[in-house]
Amino acid sequence: MKKTYAIEVDCANCANKMEQAARKTEGVKSATVNFMTLKMGVEFEEGRDPKAVMKEVLANCKKVESDCEIFL
Amino acid sequence: MSRKQKRMLIRIMVCAVGLLGLQCVPKEVFDQLNGVLFPQAGRLVRLCLYLLDYLVIGHDILRKAFRGIRNGQVFDENFLMAVATLGALALAIYENGDYVEAIAVMLFYQVGEWFQSYAVGKSRRNIGQLMDIRPDYANIQRDGTLERVDPDEVAVGTVIVVQPGEKVPIDGIVVEGTSALNTSALTGESLPRDVKTGDEIISGCINLTGVLKIQTTREFGESTVSKILDLVENASSRKSRSEDFISKFARVYTPAVCGGALALALLPPLVRLALLGAAPQWGVWIYRALTFLVISCPCALVISIPLSFFAGIGGASKAGILVKGSNYLETLSRTGTVVFDKTGTLTQGVFELSGIHHSQIERERLVEHAALAESASSHPISKSLQRAYGKDIDRSRVENVQEISGNGVLAVVDGHQVACGNQRLMDRLGVQVIPCHHVGTLIHMAIDGEYAGHILISDVLKPTAQEAVEALRTAGVTRTVMLTGDARPVAEQVARQLGIQEVYSELLPGDKVEKVEGLLLDCEKQGRKLAFVGDGINDAPVLSRADIGIAMGAMGSDAAIEAADVVLMDDDPRKIAKAIRISRKCLGIVRQNIIFAIGVKVLCLLLGAVGMANMWLAIFADVGVMVLAVLNAIRALFVEKL
Repeated sequence: MKKTYAIEVDCANCANKMEQAARKTEGVKSATVNFMTLKMGVEFEEGRDPKAVMKEVLANCKKVESDCEIFL
Repeated sequence: MSRKQKRMLIRIMVCAVGLLGLQCVPKEVFDQLNGVLFPQAGRLVRLCLYLLDYLVIGHDILRKAFRGIRNGQVFDENFLMAVATLGALALAIYENGDYVEAIAVMLFYQVGEWFQSYAVGKSRRNIGQLMDIRPDYANIQRDGTLERVDPDEVAVGTVIVVQPGEKVPIDGIVVEGTSALNTSALTGESLPRDVKTGDEIISGCINLTGVLKIQTTREFGESTVSKILDLVENASSRKSRSEDFISKFARVYTPAVCGGALALALLPPLVRLALLGAAPQWGVWIYRALTFLVISCPCALVISIPLSFFAGIGGASKAGILVKGSNYLETLSRTGTVVFDKTGTLTQGVFELSGIHHSQIERERLVEHAALAESASSHPISKSLQRAYGKDIDRSRVENVQEISGNGVLAVVDGHQVACGNQRLMDRLGVQVIPCHHVGTLIHMAIDGEYAGHILISDVLKPTAQEAVEALRTAGVTRTVMLTGDARPVAEQVARQLGIQEVYSELLPGDKVEKVEGLLLDCEKQGRKLAFVGDGINDAPVLSRADIGIAMGAMGSDAAIEAADVVLMDDDPRKIAKAIRISRKCLGIVRQNIIFAIGVKVLCLLLGAVGMANMWLAIFADVGVMVLAVLNAIRALFVEKL
C-alpha cells in the first residue's frame, strides 16, 4: 500500500535525512521525500497498519530533524 | 513570506544592528568599567553584550545542535555551526579579543538559510501556479439555477455548465453551446481551440467565450486534469542519478570534513611539540579547524540539485511537455537516437479515403461493410473508415468481432463473414488479392471468403513534422528511425519527405519491440540513449521498453500516460526536440552547480588548512555559493527561448 503525506521541513538536507529515517522504520517498504513539493510518499509492507507505522516514522524523523513535521 | 521567515528576518536585523552598535563602542570604553565593582567588570559587561547578540541570532541553532547530539545525530549542520562559532567565541573570550567573527559567521549562516528558504518557497509557489489547473468546483443546473458542487461529487453522465472564464472541471462531450477554449495550461499552445456541440472536451482548459453544457464522460478523479496534476506532483519524487549522487555525497562529506577538522586541530600542534620541539600554536590550529567546520555544510549542493530539476520539470510543463521524473529528464538529455512511430506521430493519423478499386459490390456497400466490421476498433484507420461511411453505425448488425493485431479485423456483418485488413490477413485466409499500384494504405476486403476489392486511404503528414526532424538533428540526435506497420512504399515515401534516415515497415506490434531492442543495443555501445515517440494508442509495450518513451498528443489516452515517461500534450512533433533542449539545459545547470559548489568548497578547505582563509571567507564561500547555486537553479525554469 502506498500513501502520500504532506510534510514540513526547512532544508533539503534535512529532507534527505527524513527520507533515510523513514526508510529505516520497521513496516516501511520504501519511502521518498520530495523537498520541492513537501511531500513524503511511503510504501508500507503487507499487512501493516499505516497509522501505527507512520507514528513510528514521525518519531524517527523527529530524532534526526527536530524541526520537521508530518501531517498524518 | 511565512511567519517563520518573518521572525527570522527580524532576528537577523536585530542581530546586525546590535553588532554594528557594539562595534561602534571601542574596547577601551568598557575597560574604564574595570574595577568599578570588581577587577574585570568591563570585560565581563562587554562579553555579556556580545553573547546576548550571539544568542539572538544563534539560540535555535544551539538548541537544535544539542537535541541532535542527544538523538545521536552528531554531524548535522547545526552541530557544526554551533561548534565553529562557540569555538571562535571561546578563543575570543580567552584573548579578550574580537567577538565579531563568531557572531558574524552565525549571522551570515542564518542569512543564507533564510534566503534559501525564501527562494525555495518562492519557486515552489511559482511552479505551483504554473500548474494551477485544478478546478475548484463544477456547475450543475438544478431547478433553473446554477449550483456549485465539488467536482468529486459529479457522477458520470451528468450535464455540467461551464461559463466563460471558468475552467472545464471534468472531461466530457459538449451537448450545447459553442465557444473557444484556451488550452495553453495543458498544451502550451496559445491559439484558442473552437468547440461546438458533439465535440469531446478535456478538463483543464479554460472556456473563453460562450456558455457550454457538457455531459461528463469520466469521474473527476479519472479526468485529464486530475491525472496530469497527479503526474506532475509526483514527478520530482523519481530521483535522478545526480540527486542520488548528491545525497550520498552529503552523507560522506560532512563527517569527512569534521574528521579533517579534528585532525587539523590536533595533529600539527602535536607534531610541532613532539618532533620539532617548537611551540604547539594550539590557537592557530584550532582556529583553522573551526574554519573547516564552517565550510563543511553541504547546503548549496543539497538544495540546488533538486531545485534545478524541479524548475526544469516546471518549465517543461509550461511548454506543454510533461516529464514524469527527474531521472527521465536526465536520460532525455543523453538521447542519441530517436525512433518514431509513423501513424499519429509524424502523420496526423487522419486517413482520407482516396480510392476504392476492384470492388465486386457497390462502393457504398463496401465502405459500409468495412466501417461496420471495424466499428469496435480504435485504430486510426478504423476511425477514418467510419468517417468515410458518414452515417451512424448500428452495432447490432455486427457480431463476433475478432481483431487480429497487425492484420485486421474479422467480423460477421448482417450474417456475412467479413474480413477487413492488410495483405497478411488475406494470405492467412487464403484469399487471392488484386494488388494496387497507388501509394497509400490498402484495406483489402473479403466477404464470405471471396475477395471483394480494396479501399485505398492515405495519411496526411503533420505540417511541422519535417521541421521537427530537422530540429532533432540540430539538437544533436545522430540517428532517426521510423517504425511502422504500414506498407513499404508508403513508409519510404514519408521517410524521404521528412529526411528520416532509417525505415522499418510492415511491422507487427511485437516486431516493433524487437526492432527497438536491437536499436537499444546499438545505442548502448555509443553510450547514448534511445527515445521512442508514439501516439500511445498501440505502442504501449514499445514506449515502456525504450530508454525514454515519449507519447504524443496523449491527452485523454490513459494507456499512453501510464506507459510513457514524457508526455507531449499537443500533437506537435517539434516538442520532441524542445524537450531534449530543456533537459540539456537543466542537466547543464545541474553539472555547473555540482562542479561550482564542490570546487569552491574544496578550494576553501585547502586555503583554510594552510591558513590563507579565515572564517569570514569560509562563511562567504558557504552562503555565497549557495545563493549563486540557487539562482542558477531557478534559471532552469525559463525555457521559452529554447
